[in-house]
Amino acid sequence: MSARANILGKLRNSLAGTTPRPDEFDERLVTAPWRYAPEDRIDRLRSLMEAVHTEVHPCRSDNWPELVAELLNKRNLTNLLCAPSREHGRALQAYFEATEQKVELLAYDQPVEAWKEELFWNVEASLTGTLGGIAATGTLVLWPDRHEPRLMSLVPPVHIALLKASEIHDNLYDMMVAQDWAAGLPTNVLLVSGPSKTADIEQVLAYGAHGPRELIVLVLEDA
Amino acid sequence: MSQRIPVTELTPDFRGRAEEALADGQLRNNFRVAMDSLMTKRANAFPDADEREGLRELGNRIKAGALSRLPDLLEQLEQKLTENGVKVHWAETVEEANSLVHGIIEARKGSQVVKGKSMVSEEMEMNDYLAERGVECLESDMGEYIVQLDNEKPSHIIMPAIHKNARQVSKLFHDKLGEPETEDVNQLIQIGRRTLRRKFMEADVGVSGVNFAIAETGTLLLVENEGNGRMSTTAPPVHIAVTGIEKVVPNLRDVVPLVSLLTRSALGQPITTYVNLISGPRKPDELDGPEEVHLVLLDNGRTGAFADAQMRQTLNCIRCGACMNHCPVYTRVGGHTYGEVYPGPIGKIITPHMAGLDKVPDHPSASSLCGACGEVCPVKIPIPELLQRLRQENVKNPEQPQQVKGGGAKYSRTERWIWRGWQMLNTRPALYRSFLWAATRFRVLAPKKAGSWTENHSAPVPARRSLHDLAARHLDQNGGRPS
Repeated sequence: MSARANILGKLRNSLAGTTPRPDEFDERLVTAPWRYAPEDRIDRLRSLMEAVHTEVHPCRSDNWPELVAELLNKRNLTNLLCAPSREHGRALQAYFEATEQKVELLAYDQPVEAWKEELFWNVEASLTGTLGGIAATGTLVLWPDRHEPRLMSLVPPVHIALLKASEIHDNLYDMMVAQDWAAGLPTNVLLVSGPSKTADIEQVLAYGAHGPRELIVLVLEDA
Repeated sequence: MSQRIPVTELTPDFRGRAEEALADGQLRNNFRVAMDSLMTKRANAFPDADEREGLRELGNRIKAGALSRLPDLLEQLEQKLTENGVKVHWAETVEEANSLVHGIIEARKGSQVVKGKSMVSEEMEMNDYLAERGVECLESDMGEYIVQLDNEKPSHIIMPAIHKNARQVSKLFHDKLGEPETEDVNQLIQIGRRTLRRKFMEADVGVSGVNFAIAETGTLLLVENEGNGRMSTTAPPVHIAVTGIEKVVPNLRDVVPLVSLLTRSALGQPITTYVNLISGPRKPDELDGPEEVHLVLLDNGRTGAFADAQMRQTLNCIRCGACMNHCPVYTRVGGHTYGEVYPGPIGKIITPHMAGLDKVPDHPSASSLCGACGEVCPVKIPIPELLQRLRQENVKNPEQPQQVKGGGAKYSRTERWIWRGWQMLNTRPALYRSFLWAATRFRVLAPKKAGSWTENHSAPVPARRSLHDLAARHLDQNGGRPS
């Protein structure tokens, strides 16, 4: 008998004569306490994210590239990983070229194996889009894909994320239902609620454990 | 003095270890400070008692519902994961699980493994198993990394190195890594970051646990703050997840309340920095992520707990650690005293099915039954009730068939006779009265030593007159009226 057959057999044996409990999921318990007026969503998300060391900057579709340049220059960063195959990547590229920015724009356009060493040690910052945000917990939702792969939001020490104000949901449950996540998920979904941190030594909070030391969120208020 | 009690050298001497821990001022202070802070954080994370209780009730229902159709859910999970390209393996014992993991690593000719935090891999003692076969298995959670570097085991399931302070970590990094000493926690963490970053990059295989396995979508969900879990499951070409069979939930929506309960109960955070949902390996058009994803489903005694409708509730556990944070015994003796993978109240009720109650006979009684653990449990496991059940199992006649593995270890013929005598005395009024008469009249003859009781207490001496006598006399003096 295989381990699988043995385990399932024992479990079935223990359940003999019983009926499965009915599904008693009560969605009000995970939605009602987490409802916000549309105009309060940004503030809620912002205050929760700032409480865990995230920088949140409200901006507009026409001025965010300028802000990115400013943020990078303030930190003396020399390169930024972004996706030229995405609309926001192209917008950034256009702005950087037009204003002759010194920061080098890098693209994640080859399998990680081809440039792992460089990705891990030389990339200083990255910029990605997001699928949306969650006001209840101060969370960004990322669905990595071939344009913005999984490691893009993890390995560089500074992660800048673009969040459209119209895509901030009240709570995770609403977002899952609105976008019908249960119908099919991508290979990786990420909920990100701040820069990497740890409290493993004496419960003292330290940022930049293994992922980004800094998370910067640009909220596009007109998008 | 810090304790080093590897699980592999388990001795049943809980009392000895407890005495050592109680005498260790530094250890007690480290735990007291940490547990006080964790309790405060949890309380602050649940400001609304009604909301909290509603969510706990929902958490309990989801887990109990999942267990009520566990075999079907496991099959559904397996089918969905397989469709998604994840290879599912089953293991009845830790030996089988280790051999499966090693087989996968060997097939890739791997020699370096990085591991995200996983309590199931601690059950398996995977690090030792792989090391014996020439595979380096490095812990990447900061706390786990620290305890591994010091050849220790975690003392808390969420905060593995909570028994150490910054000075002790500094000395450890100095001795083992040649780093300059510093008590600055930020600098200590940066040392860990640098050392482990190279390992993430170079590793052939990443190993992780699973917080929830979602049958509906074939998804493995992991929560963490550091990013080491994401690194371990994303950077190496192979990802192996190991988990107990009880971690499966039916629907994706179920994780909404469960994750909220988990992170708020464990750390007082509304959510962890990362919630990582993995539904498959890298697709042909993707540029990163593991080429292979494996899931090892481990039994290791869980089907035994499942067979007993009352003890089955132990499988509700979502490993938040709130029960230990609130336990007056755990706070004083620390995690290593338990000598097992899972310490504290939850450890006491799940270890018997894994190791056998006879391996941990002192655990069920190392509790004041204050009830705090049951009160804070996010999925409402009635821990005190289960501890009392195990106390009974502990003293059952070992010659009879046992309901719990290793039951009857504390059976004592003398104790059995004493209770028989007590029963006889209390069910026969004439006998009871003569006993009282004799005990009060001959009180000077009461024994001066009463076993271990008199080691720390003065010996009990019967009163000059029994309460019964005094009451009768009082009524006589008042002409039969109470006054």
